[in-house]
Parts: sequence; C-alpha cells; structure tokens
Amino acid sequence: MAADGLTYTIVDTANMSTAEIYGKVLCDLAEKHNDIVGLSADLAKSTKIGQFAAKFPDRFFNAGIAEQNMFGMAAGLAKSGLTPFVSTFAVFASLRAAEQVRTDICYPKLNVKIIATHAGTSFGQAGTTHHCTEDLAVMRSFANMVVIAPADGIETANAVIAAYEYKGPVYIRINRGFDPFLYEKSDYGFQIGKAVQLKDGTDITIIACGAAAYNAYHAAGILEKEDGLSVRVLNMHTIKPIDEEAILKAVMETRRIVTFEDHNIYGGLGSAVAEVIVKSGKACAFESVGIPDEYAIIGLPEDLQNYYGFDQNKIIEKVRQIMGKDFEQTEDWEDEV
Amino acid sequence: MPLSQQELKQLNEKACQIRKDTIDTVYWAGGGHVGGSLSFTEIMVILYYKYLNIDPKNPQWPDRDRVVLSKGHAGVGYAPILADKGYFPKELLKEYNHTGSILGMHLDGNKVPGVDVSTGSLGHGLPIAVGLALGARLQNKSWLTYCIMGDGECDEGSVWEAAMAAAHYKVTNLVTIVDRNRMMIDGPTEEVMRLEPFADKWKAFGWIVKEVDGHDFNQLADAIEYAQKEDKAPVVIIAHTIKGKCVDFMEDKYEWHYGGLDSEKVELAKACIDKHYCEM
Repeated sequence: MAADGLTYTIVDTANMSTAEIYGKVLCDLAEKHNDIVGLSADLAKSTKIGQFAAKFPDRFFNAGIAEQNMFGMAAGLAKSGLTPFVSTFAVFASLRAAEQVRTDICYPKLNVKIIATHAGTSFGQAGTTHHCTEDLAVMRSFANMVVIAPADGIETANAVIAAYEYKGPVYIRINRGFDPFLYEKSDYGFQIGKAVQLKDGTDITIIACGAAAYNAYHAAGILEKEDGLSVRVLNMHTIKPIDEEAILKAVMETRRIVTFEDHNIYGGLGSAVAEVIVKSGKACAFESVGIPDEYAIIGLPEDLQNYYGFDQNKIIEKVRQIMGKDFEQTEDWEDEV
Repeated sequence: MPLSQQELKQLNEKACQIRKDTIDTVYWAGGGHVGGSLSFTEIMVILYYKYLNIDPKNPQWPDRDRVVLSKGHAGVGYAPILADKGYFPKELLKEYNHTGSILGMHLDGNKVPGVDVSTGSLGHGLPIAVGLALGARLQNKSWLTYCIMGDGECDEGSVWEAAMAAAHYKVTNLVTIVDRNRMMIDGPTEEVMRLEPFADKWKAFGWIVKEVDGHDFNQLADAIEYAQKEDKAPVVIIAHTIKGKCVDFMEDKYEWHYGGLDSEKVELAKACIDKHYCEM
C-alpha cells in the first residue's frame, strides 16, 4: 500500500482509460497535498489533468500551446516549493521542450512530475507527428530523471503516487485510450526501480514495459501450455533506474532474454537491459523487439502492436524463434570474466 | 523616491568598482562576455545594493527575493557582485573558468551561492521567473522575482510564450528588466534579427513598458519602484544601455560581446573606467 493509503482496484477504475485513472489519482492526491499544482499546454482535456483543473482551478495553469514556457513555469513553481504535475503528449514533453526539461528541471533536480500521455504508437492513427517512440531514450539520457512506463491503469495509479512521494523529477509515459488490465488491485508492491515478476520461469525471460507487459504475460501462459516452456516475465515498469538485480538474475537463471516495448529499438528498454547484460560479462542470448529504427506506420494501436511485434501472437512467435536457435551448442556457457 | 546625492554617489562608486572587478575577472577567466557585463552594471548594482531583499549569509533564506539572470552569459559581470555581497570569497574570482572552479562562464545555481537558477540557455529565464512568481503568489509569499534579460534573447519564442502567460495570469510580483544594448554575437540586433518596434511588442503582449536610460540610476530607481508596486499588469523595464559601457574601445561594439584581455588591455580598460567616473 502506498504511504498515502491510496489503493485502487479494477472496480474503482472500471470503464476508465489509463489517463482517466491518472486524472482521478491526481485529484485524490491533491485533496491531501496542497503543494500539488498542475500544468498543461492546451491538452488538459486529452491528458485528463483537466479533472484536476476542474477541481482545483486555482492550482492549475494552462500554458496554452507553449510547451517550452510550460516546463519553464513548472521549474519556477517547483523552485518556489510547490510540486508541479505537468501533462502533455509524450512527443511534446520529450522533444519540443526537451532542453527545458533537461536544464531547468533535471539539472537542479526539481520536484516536477511529467505525466506524458499518447506515448509510443498508442495514438497510432495520428501519424508520426503524434507518435512518440523516442521519449524513453531522451529521458533516460537526462541525469537525475526517473523514467517509468506503467503497464496499465492500476500501475499508472501506483506510479503517480510513487512519483509524488519521490523527491525529484519523474517522467511517466502512458498510453492514449484504454489499456487492458494486467493488475486487478494496486497493492502488489509497486516500487520505483523494482521490476515486477509476473511469472517465474527457467527457459527464457521476457522483459517488457507498457502495453507489451500485458501481452507478454498472456503470451507466456500460452507458451507454457502449448510448448511446455517455462517463461519468466518481468514487468520492467521503471526504465531508469533499471532493476539490474532482476536482469542479472534472469541472465543466470534463464540465459535467454527478450525485451518488448512500444519504442524505437535504440535507447529504450531493450538498450537499458542490454547494457546490464553486456556489463555483466555473462553469456546470454538476447533480442530486443520494438519499433525498428524508422517512423511507425499509421494505424490502430492494436494493429501496430502486431505489426511491430509486441502483441501476444508476435511475442509467442518471437519466443519460439529464439528457443529454436541452437546457440547453446555453438557457444561456451562458461562466462568467467 | 528620488535617490539622495549620497546614495547616488555610493551607487556610482559601486558601479565603478564592479566594472573594474569585471575587467579583472575577464582577465583571470581567460576571456568572458565582457560587453554585456558592462552594459548591465547599473541595473545589477541598483538591484543588489538598493532593492533586493536578500541575506548573503543565508543564500537559501526562504523569504528572499529571487533573481533570474536570464542573460546568463554575463557571469563575469554577475560574479563580482555576488562576491562583493559576501556570497563567496572574492579570491574565488581568480579561479573563474578554471578546472574544478564553481565559477564557469554561465553561473550555475547548483554550485554558486546566491544564484537561484542556472541560466545561460537563452529564453529560459522568463518562463522560470513567471513560474517562481506564480508560486509565490499561490503560497501568499511577499517575495518578488526579478528577471534580467538580454535583448538578443528576445528572438527566442519561449520569451514571448512567457510574456503571454505573465499577462494572462496577471503576474505582477515580477520585475522584468531587459538590457537593451542593441548588440548580439553576430552584430547589431536590428541587423541580425530586427526587434523593433520592441516596446510595442511587449505592449501588444499585455505588458506595461517603462523605457529608461539603463545607466541612469535615478531613472532605473523610478522604473523599478513603479514595477514593484504595479498590480494591474506585468511591467517590463526596457533599459537602453551601451554594450561595453565605460571602456572606450569596447563601447557599442558587438565584437566585444565576448573577448579576452591581456594585462595591457586590462590597464587600458580600467583607466577608461576611472576616467569616466572622474568626469562624472
């Protein structure tokens, strides 16, 4: 349970989009903490920070369509002792105003929480201008920044509460629309920087974040039933700081790791996991799946998940492919460094 | 309130000293943004020696006025003031720009006592200052935020985003001063990217504009006191200044936006400054 005593279940959040759950949680937090202020750049309605705006109009500032100023104002508000929650689309938060986020917020480690919506390809039909497959890479490269990609609405609730309790800048990327619920209740022990093991296994480890985590969990169940595979699934909700311990444990215990994410294959979850594996000096078969180094096609988010290989069926396919490789015979597993 | 003769004398003495300290700092630093550090001297001196409610012994005092030097490149002009106020020993100026020093080209809020915000990336200061002022207002704090901007940085769109927001949210616990020295790195502002009609732009964005001679303490005092009290709209003081003020070979020369000084030029510059103040 969060220190705030706020817990949520799928009953409380029935028929709510992930962003709507964020809006509700922020209101609940703000009831208790009057240091919370909100900002948006003409996307209060879309990002659902509008719920906070409606309830606490004096504590909300719409910057208009001016993200650079919005993040600058957030820095100033944080410096004055308040805790700003800033919401816009991920593409604008991470790219349009990247320098303000880096220099004005991250460098002085200000207590600003960025809840960026419409991340990855979740706004699939909007096209490249509104896709955001770079934010994890950008935000991960800013020192002092915590980067979280929650798997569903319940985890978003946990992440938002944890972000408030953490002192310093936090970036949370959530999807547009409805995410299938991976969790029924929020009291599963969410902690920033600690992966959640959704399923234990010894043959291979799937590490996923965001929408891919739900797909991975269900894919693993099918792989177990149909293929007799023992598949470990880690929901790596925190991309930074990455849970090195869970990754190293997976290296040693399963020797095969595959990552899935709604992000460019460069710089996001896959890269973060690869860095840990390589540093360990231990042998491990590894693949990362996400948007290849290109701009995503237009389409429904669920179609794009299939197209880019992180829906349930494509995850099953990928795992079978990796398990079918005979790298064990060609490589020496001895990994003394 | 008009400044007394005594006050005026003290402020001029301080400005003379700070200008010479700036020249020394440029020498020790191996170069610096000297032109714009001599144009804003009176602005900074009147703020730091007359108006700011600060306590150099307690730089983090919660009720202090906040200063955002948005034209963060003027570090060689700012650091001597902070040292003189006692935020850090004057000796540190000799290590300016040196490896491991807390003092770099752009003064760093994480490192330098008395600096509220790390600036240097232009167009960032006013948005942060607006946020600070809104934060003070929301928490019923009486401290003021002072934002000192360069004119060249007003090319940045974020300045006008913040200008819109300050007017929209009626941010009046903020004093904004633009050092209008009319020069930027590549040339005169009007040649590189035209700013005029500059005052009209601010007015069109909903601000009250006070235009003053930025080297005249009396005019600055009137405008600052007006801005402190005004509660209907944000006020910008456009302080018309001369880049490289008081150093003959630098005055009004954009080539001196940034420069280095050898010991001979240091003496020459200081002689110009002394001559200027003797003549006053």
